[in-house]
Amino acid sequence: MLPMLATVLFAYLGTVFWSVRVSVSSSRTLPSSDFVGLAQYTRLFASERWLLSLENVVVFGVIFIAACLVLGFLLAVFIDQKVAGEGVLRTVFLYPYAMSFVATGLIWQWVLNPELGIQSTVRALGFETFTFDWIATQDKVMYAIALAAVWQAAGLVMALMLAGLRGIDDSLWKAARIDGIPTWRVYMSIVLPMLGPSIGTAVVLLSVSVVKVYDVVVAMTQGGPGLASEVPGKFIMDNLFGRANIGLASAASTVLLLTVLALLAPWMYARARAARNGGHR
Amino acid sequence: MPSQPVAPPAVARTSVRPRRSAWTPARIGIYAFLLVCAVFFLFPLYVMLITSVKPMEEIRLGNIFSLPVKVTLEPWAMAWSSVCTGLQCEGIKGGFFNSIAIVVPSTILSILVGALNGYALSFWKPRGGTLLFGVLLMGAFVPYQVIMFPLVRAFAAMSIFGTLPGIVLIHTIFGMPVMTLLFRNYYASIPNELFKAARIDGGGFWRIFLQLMLPMSLPILVVAVIMQVTGIWNDFILGLVFAGRDHLPMTVQLNNVINTTTGERLYNVNMAATVLTSLVPLFIYLVSGRWFVRGIAAGAVKG
Repeated sequence: MLPMLATVLFAYLGTVFWSVRVSVSSSRTLPSSDFVGLAQYTRLFASERWLLSLENVVVFGVIFIAACLVLGFLLAVFIDQKVAGEGVLRTVFLYPYAMSFVATGLIWQWVLNPELGIQSTVRALGFETFTFDWIATQDKVMYAIALAAVWQAAGLVMALMLAGLRGIDDSLWKAARIDGIPTWRVYMSIVLPMLGPSIGTAVVLLSVSVVKVYDVVVAMTQGGPGLASEVPGKFIMDNLFGRANIGLASAASTVLLLTVLALLAPWMYARARAARNGGHR
Repeated sequence: MPSQPVAPPAVARTSVRPRRSAWTPARIGIYAFLLVCAVFFLFPLYVMLITSVKPMEEIRLGNIFSLPVKVTLEPWAMAWSSVCTGLQCEGIKGGFFNSIAIVVPSTILSILVGALNGYALSFWKPRGGTLLFGVLLMGAFVPYQVIMFPLVRAFAAMSIFGTLPGIVLIHTIFGMPVMTLLFRNYYASIPNELFKAARIDGGGFWRIFLQLMLPMSLPILVVAVIMQVTGIWNDFILGLVFAGRDHLPMTVQLNNVINTTTGERLYNVNMAATVLTSLVPLFIYLVSGRWFVRGIAAGAVKG
């Protein structure tokens, strides 16, 4: 009756099981079925490239999520002030989300290119020493990628927050005004906590996309300069298809999977509890 | 996991807000902030568009923000039909048609499967359905990299790896969790009495689905189509791995155009190619408006 669902169980559960199985074998070019315990994991965490990619994705993730949340929240709050041209503004803030990560990466690669982009433009205006070369600098390249990713995804956070803001009852605003509470205090102390579910959803969605991040890095820097923008998603792809290290790649993807599950667990628990308590989400 | 398929639509509110619209410093601040943000969000698009109509001499000399002195459509023509994507130099038009060939069947198939799953889960309530559904939902969050390689092996064994049916199937598999969720939640809002009445009237599984449920699903179908078309069009990694040489989607070809050019980089052609690749999702976004927001709110899990 549900053959498709069964297929999916095979496609999802089966493959996950397969990946875990291969991660404890000595597979290189072809998967083999011996058992080497956690040797691949030891090798993985001894690999400087992997450690670097973890460090990079953490830096990227923290900046990306924080910036998206702050910018998205501010945009939603400001747009909610009965401004003129609200529809146009919403369109403007959200359109990057319709674009692919590849296109996003390519545009920003062009804009941030030190020889031709913003840096050279500002220098031509007379600021000879102006420097904005994140994309070409090893210790700043992750900032450049985060900038592009924020540009792409902040609109999504805005849309989620705006929906949350619109769900807040008007009587709350009336009450706050009668009590003479300044607007910013209402936002900080009352509205922000009420947006908890929207924020939670946004954080989970953004985190999962951080774990998966791949296209935008390939399009912007191909992992460079040097290995400075290597990320786990790219590490796995390279080892699977470029360097014939299937066992190692499977170990790395198992680590990713565990990370995602760890990120999801508290959120799903919170939602399940909210649902049981008759919360509206 | 979202327990609701769609976020409340971001409609303009009509009720009163405790705020005046006089030109106070606060109002000016609000507009200033929004304006600065709008510039931040728009300038890459602006740069991309004007670069794509400049001749190369102007790009080498001028700055990225300056308007073109001589507008030329040649970069667009080159990007479409003669730029090199890797080894071939036939432009990205091939990628455009590949993407269409992938998007159309993938969208139809994944929505059909999702609708069927959702329908079966909501009304026929098969044994163990809830458990299956729970596992399926976890699948929405599994990073592609985890299940990609085993699927490559399985597809190779079935000799559909690198073929059009292969890439369509892979999009269907990866789209299934979100599509099923979307339709299950939608059907949960349809009164069960309706289904029971149809049963009494002698409707079977398929008859009720095709004649009753599918016609009632129009609003959610629109959301699903928007989500799947933009999502599959923008996909990069699955196309790169599963599509095979002859079916590379536009996004992959675009990346090849920009990252494999030898000799002088033709920035105007690159930008024209980027615009061309983004046209379809942007068009859908602009036309569908609020539906798009619903779609991403429901489908952002697919990321």
